[in-house]
Amino acid sequence: MIVALIGVIALVSVNALFLIWMERKVAAHIQLRPGPMEVGYHGALQTVADALKLMGKELITPDEVDRPVYLLAPIIIFLPVLVLFLVIPFSPNLIIRDLNVGILLIFAFSSLTVLSILMAGWSSNNKYSVFGAIRSIAQNIAYEIPLLITAMSIILMVGSFKLTDIVAAQDKVWFVVIQPLAFLLYIICATAETNRAPFDIPEAESELVAGFHTEYSGMRFGLFFLAEYTNMFVVSAVATVLFLGGWRGWILPPVVWFLIKVYAIIFLIMWFRWTFPRLRFDQLITFAWKVLIPLAFVNLLVTALAIKLF
Amino acid sequence: MVAYFREMFVGLWSLVAGMAVTIRYFVRPIVTVQYPRQKLTMTPKYRGHIELIMDPETNTHRCTACGMCVRTCPSSLITVEGVKVKKKKLPVKHVIDYSYCSLCGLCVEVCPTNALKFSNEYRLAGYQRQDMVIDLMARLDAERATVGLPPLPIPTPESEEETTSAEEKA
Repeated sequence: MIVALIGVIALVSVNALFLIWMERKVAAHIQLRPGPMEVGYHGALQTVADALKLMGKELITPDEVDRPVYLLAPIIIFLPVLVLFLVIPFSPNLIIRDLNVGILLIFAFSSLTVLSILMAGWSSNNKYSVFGAIRSIAQNIAYEIPLLITAMSIILMVGSFKLTDIVAAQDKVWFVVIQPLAFLLYIICATAETNRAPFDIPEAESELVAGFHTEYSGMRFGLFFLAEYTNMFVVSAVATVLFLGGWRGWILPPVVWFLIKVYAIIFLIMWFRWTFPRLRFDQLITFAWKVLIPLAFVNLLVTALAIKLF
Repeated sequence: MVAYFREMFVGLWSLVAGMAVTIRYFVRPIVTVQYPRQKLTMTPKYRGHIELIMDPETNTHRCTACGMCVRTCPSSLITVEGVKVKKKKLPVKHVIDYSYCSLCGLCVEVCPTNALKFSNEYRLAGYQRQDMVIDLMARLDAERATVGLPPLPIPTPESEEETTSAEEKA
């Protein structure tokens, strides 16, 4: 278990460092520029340097904050993220605990992110932080419903919450072929759940400074940042398990296939960010309640009907 | 109902079209350069500070040290010193203080022998004010060095009296 914990923490750190570099490179190449090039090969060590700088920074606690809540929020956003790795099946053998409620555990613990954002926003005693937190909660509640319903349509087909069972059920054909609409809905909801553009209104930098983490500095901000990128990894890993056949692939070892699929989905999410402008708040909520939730329900009903018939 | 679905599909299609645009840009070669290591060639029309034209026939300048540029410069930033050699006046010093220059170009227009032009120099950062003082004779020597010529010999006056007598006549 200790080995697993160390492994997860190492994976989380390396993944965040890599994703930040990847994000900057994707952004740069879409804008026809090279991105970070100076530190290491093609700027590969740039984020390491940035992380070291971040760790060396002073932890400023503003006077008027609600101290216990303010100090607890970065920890609460980071801990559930670690728990999520408990059930992610990287390969048939590389899984820490193959729980029979794996997918439920992931959705339950990733919902705690919202609580932490609320704590951070409220305790900061800053109007921008509160705005960011309010928006984040409205958004996450709205988008969690279609997310769960689309996952439910897959679970109906498999008949199990266990992630290894879901992967095992895709030995003939990936579920993305059978459930393309569910995949689309899942990717949209996952983008919104991780507060990524075009659904990044909780931290809309051009209107809310930095949203809920405006008042955080140094490594406390670093934990929010780390959690954001780790959440991206987790939602992509769940998408891989639910729709892209998990570790299944040819020739290459299963872990490599799993990571290739995960990073392909992360690339897709980054591609969204540098293509689409940010939604307005009312558009965002309208989209969730009027389009995503009805579609998710229709998808679930059709799936249930199809399972009953065949 | 039809309008609802049409709006959904039109919206989705516009998103896909937008993503097609960005992925095309993603695979395109980059257009920026890593500045201090790579440089772009400046357009020939760029008007930097002035410099002496190297005459392609004689491989030297055409300046006669007449001082027209010195007198016409609104900021008085040009310094020219000349000596007389074989009834011909030649510059020994042609220095501008570029920090005062407004790039009006009057010196280039007024030059009777067309000895001046605008250079392509755009890297103008310096550590001190003195870095903005540009020796045009030294620049010409540097340009001569690129075609393998030695620096111009410093012209010496034929005799002290002749120089002074020329100045007295003027």
